[in-house]
Amino acid sequence: MKLDNIYQEEKKSNFAKVSEIIITMASRPSGFIGLSILIFHVILAFISPYIAPYDFKAINPTLMLQAPSAEYWFGTDDLGRDVFTRTILGGRTALTITFFGSLIALLWGGLLGIFCGLVGGKTDDIVMRIVDAFLSIPWILAMLLIVSLLGTSTEVLIPALGFFYGKGIVRVARAATHDVIAKDFIVSARARGHSNFSIIWNEIIPNVRDAILVEGAMRWSWMLLGFSSLSFLGFGVSPPTPDWGLMISNARGLMSFAYWSVIAPIVGLSSLIIGINLTADAFAKALGIDRSTKAPV
Amino acid sequence: MTEIIQKVKNLSIGFKSKKGEEILILRDISTNIKKGETVGIVGESGSGKSTLALAMMGYVKHGLYTIGGECEFNSSNLLKMKNRDLEKIRGRKIAMIPQNAGQALTPNLKIGYQIDEALQLHSDLKEEEREQKISELLNKVRLPSPETIALRYPHELSGGQQQRVAVAMALAGTPDLLLLDEPTTGLDVTTQAHVLELLNFIAKDTGTSMVYVSHDLGAIAQVSDRIIVMYSGEIVLEGPSRDILKKPIHPYTYGLLKSIPKLSLAGLPQSMPGSQPQPGTMHRGCSFFDRCDFSEEKCKNNSPQLEYLEELNTNVRCFNYKSLMNDSQVNQTVNKIKTSLQDKEILNLSEVSISYAKQKLLDQVLNRISDDNPTVKDININIKKGETIALVGESGSGKSTILKSIAGLLRTKGGIIKFDQNRNLSSDLKERDPNDLRIIQLIFQNPDESLNPNHTVEEIIAQPLKLYFGLKGEELKKNIIDLLQKVRLGEFYMSRYPRQLSGGEKQRVAVARAFAAKPDIILCDEVTSALDVSVQAAVLNLLQQLKEDFGTTYIFVSHDLAVVRAISDRVAVLYQGRLCEVGPSKDVYQFPSHPYTEVLLGAVLEPDPDIKPKLVAEDIVEEKPPQKGCSFQGRCSRILGDICKSEVPPWQITNGGNSIRCHIPLKELQKDQIN
Repeated sequence: MKLDNIYQEEKKSNFAKVSEIIITMASRPSGFIGLSILIFHVILAFISPYIAPYDFKAINPTLMLQAPSAEYWFGTDDLGRDVFTRTILGGRTALTITFFGSLIALLWGGLLGIFCGLVGGKTDDIVMRIVDAFLSIPWILAMLLIVSLLGTSTEVLIPALGFFYGKGIVRVARAATHDVIAKDFIVSARARGHSNFSIIWNEIIPNVRDAILVEGAMRWSWMLLGFSSLSFLGFGVSPPTPDWGLMISNARGLMSFAYWSVIAPIVGLSSLIIGINLTADAFAKALGIDRSTKAPV
Repeated sequence: MTEIIQKVKNLSIGFKSKKGEEILILRDISTNIKKGETVGIVGESGSGKSTLALAMMGYVKHGLYTIGGECEFNSSNLLKMKNRDLEKIRGRKIAMIPQNAGQALTPNLKIGYQIDEALQLHSDLKEEEREQKISELLNKVRLPSPETIALRYPHELSGGQQQRVAVAMALAGTPDLLLLDEPTTGLDVTTQAHVLELLNFIAKDTGTSMVYVSHDLGAIAQVSDRIIVMYSGEIVLEGPSRDILKKPIHPYTYGLLKSIPKLSLAGLPQSMPGSQPQPGTMHRGCSFFDRCDFSEEKCKNNSPQLEYLEELNTNVRCFNYKSLMNDSQVNQTVNKIKTSLQDKEILNLSEVSISYAKQKLLDQVLNRISDDNPTVKDININIKKGETIALVGESGSGKSTILKSIAGLLRTKGGIIKFDQNRNLSSDLKERDPNDLRIIQLIFQNPDESLNPNHTVEEIIAQPLKLYFGLKGEELKKNIIDLLQKVRLGEFYMSRYPRQLSGGEKQRVAVARAFAAKPDIILCDEVTSALDVSVQAAVLNLLQQLKEDFGTTYIFVSHDLAVVRAISDRVAVLYQGRLCEVGPSKDVYQFPSHPYTEVLLGAVLEPDPDIKPKLVAEDIVEEKPPQKGCSFQGRCSRILGDICKSEVPPWQITNGGNSIRCHIPLKELQKDQIN
């Protein structure tokens, strides 16, 4: 029952639409928490170079593994570097690389999915089987291969992550397209003789955009975890660049007597992932793509 | 005095809007359902009729809540009862038959098992007795060979059979009250008539009270003893069904009856202006005020109360009912349609056949369609410029399929589609040039689906204008406003989204979009069947007006014979993808007719308790057209014998110019049909 549509709404500007969605998201406790965490991390990523108290790569053997104190809030690591400095800087690379990686994943995954859904038939069959074949390859192995062949530069990592996380979006976009493709307005556009491009752009994208965006937001948090795993294995960013995955990997052997050197990056990483997840959830609910609607009886 | 089994007292149901206002869906409803009585609740979509029916079994939809009043069943208020107590009543005492039985039955459980489940829940029978009872119930709803039906899955049954199973399940608990929510709306005309007849029989046989909710006055007229007419969440008229249908004393009912097309009258009925107010927008005055022909100044600010008239045993909510009491009968006036028929032929289908069969690999490679018994076959129709030709038939008769092929959306297996005597139209969209696409436009059944929900009205209408004429800027805007005015919509509609429009307004936008291409032919696929009755007449009148203005040709597909009668110049009757009868509409609606046309005409439900449908043939559903002979052989009640099964019948032409494809000589066809 469309109870909310009873009041006539006027055509809104895009800005008004976006701010309305954000307000709806923030009106839920989980959405509010998620958004706050995410915004906190994003702001931190922007300002951390200016507020960092120490040099992140300054090694000081005399200060090895100091416990948290007024001077070194989160203590120091095995090379005497300040953990607080490295933690607030550690999210920058991960956040940037995965954000652009997700954009690429959204773009190619979404467009290919929509195209396959629209065209159907043999083209669809062939493309989807190839996507399935790629889905069956463990991504981490494939990533390791790519990284060891091409290096760990940002220009390699972003497209590689974007490619591997876009495969799942292809399926979602294709399914969403299938939902609208049978509707008469698509048939009508076809019968009028619109080109495939025009049908995708004008008729399909406005109707599948929300579903794909939500999926993309979910993929972002997965990609963040994946990227940190790569760093953890030593294939992400290279030292001495501060990165959570790398920090956890370096400090994991010291956990029993210098817990502080590992706790801070873990909290950073997991809170960001939780934040993105909660935000994506709230985003889906605000757009009305909530699959867990109550049964009528 | 008969016993009252359900008492609805001052019931109001509503919801809280985002702004915190209380918005009423039902406003102060009071009525009683007596034992053994069948009550019909009619109203347009959004009038609250389903909400009322659901409240009668103690159920309020998610998001709504009871504001006041009660629904008393066996002297306890259902709306205040705990779920556990309600479970004991639902199914046992009050049963419900849903609109779409296909969705109400669990797809992966056998029919017998599902009825058994209902019996386990709602009766105290032992296992052996239950088995007996299942076939008894299936027999009662007149399903052939109950034993085999019980072993089938829902998808193996036709729509009508599924609906019968739903009735059998509802009867499992021998309920005192049966609620039916649009039980025949999704069914074919012939099936609908059969199901209604069954319901009538069951009501008499078991003495169950029934509450029959429908928007279709024709169906209500056939089953109910008493009718409740609802408008905008209120009861506006309540009384014995005969009086209400013959002498409606409320302006809304009066207008409604006037706007329904009838078989006996050619021409378009008058439409009712406007549409029902949205819930929450009415604050004072009569809710029907702005659509009413009889309204006065006082109706604007004062709400009329429901008034009981003893001599008619009727409740009416109107200040001016007296002026309608004198105007005894509903005088239906129709606008005769002007035929703008020209001699020039505009579209010619010859020997068209279409197949849905899955093609073998070899055929796929050779890019051909091979099927010796295609879904649609032997279609030969000449369509003249300015004509309205209607394709009628039940679902599965291939009428929409033919439309798709004309539009180029479905490849034909064979045959030629010729435009304007000399241009061959390819049935493949890609091979048509833009002009071929422009001359044929489509209007769809359901405007909810045919308009992109994310486009404004302006964007929707701009599409064909940009595509075919390359219009831009001011000129584009001027054209859009022009088109909106032609479909009687104001300029301010431009910035609205489809969800902000009513059903009729949406369909008008779809009409405007079709006309934007300046087409020669418009294909109308069931354009009025998703609309409310009062809106239907308005859309039909609009289509007719536009046709007269532009000289467009319509190919009109419908299952509703009365609508077809109202608007079409010529009718083609289809069964199983084969033509049965083609002719001028006045002749098709007269005898002699093809036996199938006779079945269709007999099954039409008219909003008149005196006109009962004639059930000529069984409502079996055939899955495939027969390989040889007449397409109707499987259901024909007048089958001659082997000749019908082996030879395709010849075309016979009547005096009126009506072609009938039947082996029975015309004289004999006529003889039986007149008796």
